[in-house]
Amino acid sequence: MNAISPSLAKMHGRKVTVHYGQKQALFDVDLDVPERMVTALIGPSGCGKSTFLRCLNRMNDVIDGCRVGGEITLDGQDIYDQKLDVVMLRARIGMVFQKPNPFPKSIYDNVAYGPRIHGMAGTKGELDEIVRSSLEKAGLWNEVKERLDQPGTGLSGGQQQRLCIARAIAVSPEVILMDEPCSALDPIATAKIEELIDELRENFTIVIVTHSMQQAARVSQKTAFFHLGNLIEWGDTEQIFTSPKDERTQGYITGRFG
Amino acid sequence: MSDTSTQVIRRPDLSDTRIRRRYAAERRFRFYGMFAVGLAIAMLGVLLVSVCSKGYSAFYRTEIGLDIVLDPAVITPDGKTDADTLNGADYQGLVKESLKIAFPDVTSRNDRKALYALVSNGAGDTIRQAVLANPSIVGQTKRFWVVASDDIDMLKKGFIKRDVPESERVVPDNQISWFDKLVAGNQVQTTFNSTFLSAGDSREPEQAGILGALMGSIFTMLVTVLLALPLGVMSAIYLEEFAPKNRLTEIIEVNINNLAAVPSIVFGLLGLAVLLGVFGLPRSAPLVGGMVLALMTLPTIIIATRAALKAVPPSIREAAYGIGASPLQVVTHHVLPLATPGIMTGAIIGLARALGESAPLLMIGMVAFIVDVPGAPTDPATVLPVQIYLWADSPERAFVEKTSAGIMVLLAFLIAMNAIAIFVRRRFERRW
Repeated sequence: MNAISPSLAKMHGRKVTVHYGQKQALFDVDLDVPERMVTALIGPSGCGKSTFLRCLNRMNDVIDGCRVGGEITLDGQDIYDQKLDVVMLRARIGMVFQKPNPFPKSIYDNVAYGPRIHGMAGTKGELDEIVRSSLEKAGLWNEVKERLDQPGTGLSGGQQQRLCIARAIAVSPEVILMDEPCSALDPIATAKIEELIDELRENFTIVIVTHSMQQAARVSQKTAFFHLGNLIEWGDTEQIFTSPKDERTQGYITGRFG
Repeated sequence: MSDTSTQVIRRPDLSDTRIRRRYAAERRFRFYGMFAVGLAIAMLGVLLVSVCSKGYSAFYRTEIGLDIVLDPAVITPDGKTDADTLNGADYQGLVKESLKIAFPDVTSRNDRKALYALVSNGAGDTIRQAVLANPSIVGQTKRFWVVASDDIDMLKKGFIKRDVPESERVVPDNQISWFDKLVAGNQVQTTFNSTFLSAGDSREPEQAGILGALMGSIFTMLVTVLLALPLGVMSAIYLEEFAPKNRLTEIIEVNINNLAAVPSIVFGLLGLAVLLGVFGLPRSAPLVGGMVLALMTLPTIIIATRAALKAVPPSIREAAYGIGASPLQVVTHHVLPLATPGIMTGAIIGLARALGESAPLLMIGMVAFIVDVPGAPTDPATVLPVQIYLWADSPERAFVEKTSAGIMVLLAFLIAMNAIAIFVRRRFERRW
């Protein structure tokens, strides 16, 4: 495997295994996430790509009976270390979910929630500034600046998802994990989110799970193909899509299975 | 592929009969529903109308106007006008004296006794209060409206029928004739019965009030809410959000569900044995009653709270965890506010049941006859349902209306309590 040198990668996964109870969902996955790039995880349903994504910020911890083995590091530090504070880890690694899930609070409070609980703003003015810049980065500011006090649940699906992205970037994470962020959205909203992901790449390291191969090809620089809990192949997106080494990858991206 | 020529293509039956049958079934179902709702409303209506029509008369009373000679020789026999002397004077005697003057032809001892029974034996209190408020009226003759006895009150309200033979009637003929004479002389009036809302219990119906039991119920419910709500919600949050799922928590869960079905009198026995027996807490006190009812209400609140917590969508939890909220922050900032409407609904059900409960309170002595209005949760008291039961058990005709009026007060309390809970629920109700 063409592993990139450790100094370039933001996160490393080595021999990552996941069990849900008796069932093993991931088998010895070795994957590096390069900094300030978009890494796409693709594969058929149930292949373990979402499971791997959720290992990266330890969201699997909240699931009963889930055990994670192997080693995952962030900037060289083991994130499954007993001494590591998982809350701090999640502040550094943000997450956007498949279904838009804004809090049933105002648009402002949705974005301000993270900065508030992490003590990022001393004054109301600083908080206002964080909210404004986060919404601007998420490309939502112009649409909602007149109605920040209205409930976030009242927005359209695409706007809600961008609100969730704004909420995630408000805490200035180093890595953003996106679990099929466009699967519940129409093509126009999807295009906006993809554009946004491309812009966010300048400041953030992004890992995105997607079912759409076109989307993976459009937004990512690195692509990893999962099948039945195994990482089959990973590398530069262009290489994966034009000259895959494994025939299963070839079969999947040409639509013969999955 | 099988032979296509023999394969029958089955299509939906679109005939009118099927459609008509379906419509008829829907109509029938709606009718059953409306019938059930209508029946429930009708029953509730019958209940309310019967209670209110029997109870409303307890809110007014009959008073008799008497010209009372405030004789200084009786009120201040030794010339001193200090509060003690004024307070201790025989005002009931003055009332009797004025009756004697009003009906000079009543002379025999038995007749006199019957005459004095026209007024309440608390009638002197009215005079005492007037004199204490203004001692300068001593020596004058003034018209006072004193409370009639309960039998006369019943006669006036028509609950004691005049056409019943005298031998079967509580009010004898001579009392009726004196009463009619008083009516003719404009010496009878009907006023709002303030005693009912401001006094404690009494053996005399016209002096009995609901306030003692109402205060007892308020103190008891206060203790119950303060104990059961925080304890119940905390236990539910811990069990639902933090506790590991293992054999031990499973056993706890099963037992909480069992506790919700335990007959309430068992909790009363527990209170008697442990709270009174072991810890020596005061008997008949709302403090103990509240603790017993809190134990009884806890399982209901825990079960309702757990259900409400479970109903909060997992996506909200994930969103909060994903930003880096700690488990406690996830619960207090997101899950609990969203679960509050459900928690309040459970609390209403639990507390409404506790408010109407009397069996466990009998065990810890809250059935005692208590005249004083309690001023603290440790004072002896009774509660509304027990008071209603005590009045329903009393032989006097006048306690019938008191019983119904007591139920009206209990219902009003219940509605007030629920209104508060609904208000809280509304404040937290959010859509997502």
